[in-house]
Amino acid sequence: MRIAFAILAALALSAQAPPLDYAQVSLSDPVKEKQAVELMDTMRCVVCQGQPISGSDAEMAGDMRRIIRERIAAGDRPDDVRAWLVSRYGDFVSFKPEVKPATLPLWLVPLAALLGGLWLVLSRLKFRRRQ
Amino acid sequence: MKRRAILWLPLALVLTLLVTFWRGLLQPDDHVIASQMVGKPLPEFAAPAILPGRPGIATADFRDGKPRLLNVFASWCLPCVAEVPVLMRLKAMGVDVVGVAVHDTAPALEQFLARNGNPYSRIGSDPQSRIQLSLGSAGVPETFVVDGKGTIVYQHIGVVAERDIPNLLEKLGQRP
Repeated sequence: MRIAFAILAALALSAQAPPLDYAQVSLSDPVKEKQAVELMDTMRCVVCQGQPISGSDAEMAGDMRRIIRERIAAGDRPDDVRAWLVSRYGDFVSFKPEVKPATLPLWLVPLAALLGGLWLVLSRLKFRRRQ
Repeated sequence: MKRRAILWLPLALVLTLLVTFWRGLLQPDDHVIASQMVGKPLPEFAAPAILPGRPGIATADFRDGKPRLLNVFASWCLPCVAEVPVLMRLKAMGVDVVGVAVHDTAPALEQFLARNGNPYSRIGSDPQSRIQLSLGSAGVPETFVVDGKGTIVYQHIGVVAERDIPNLLEKLGQRP
């Protein structure tokens, strides 16, 4: 009798509680939620393009957050989830550029500019000293 | 003289950058995000029926040897209204058009089809954009051409207009 009552109570409770919508609700595990938020901060909303999905009210951004939280809750690594979205929308959807042949200029130009500037300053100093 | 020219180089570079940024600010980037799924097999999904009498869609339905159009749309999407007559024409030419209704409800969809016509043989419901995301579709309307083996061969972004018919027929493997 008591067991039957407990089952009934559990059923009533589970029927009452609305299912968690991960588009708006955090994961209960703080470590996983942190991973998810870090990922959401660096994924572009595909409708409101200047914004990351973590800061967008667009319905589709919510749908992307839901998928990210669900996958991370299921044990996927953030990089795998990012790769999944990139495999759908291309590199444009990620705010975190990868190192690969096409993005090499992105990484090398600042380095080249720094070296070039250094060379310019040094040669200028030498020029002055000689004068 | 040569040395002096080199000294002006950094300033010239900075000015070029400033002009580039300024122009970027004046004309905001309206990037069309194309799906990376073109050329790949349709992702696995099963979209339940949303209207009585219109079956839902599953990936297996696309492997029957017949190429078809997969139209991602919604009753709340205004441009989608504009393409219905064109989809109707394609249907009249023997093209099978199936729809994925994103974030839609049965009453709204019923009204949309009653008002504009129904070019769809099947309509699957995608209430949380899961199918849309797995297709790499960034908005509505979008139309994918799927060949008879279930491979996505083409993506049309935006409203399908009259002038797009020949191209779509070609991608479907039908001679216009």
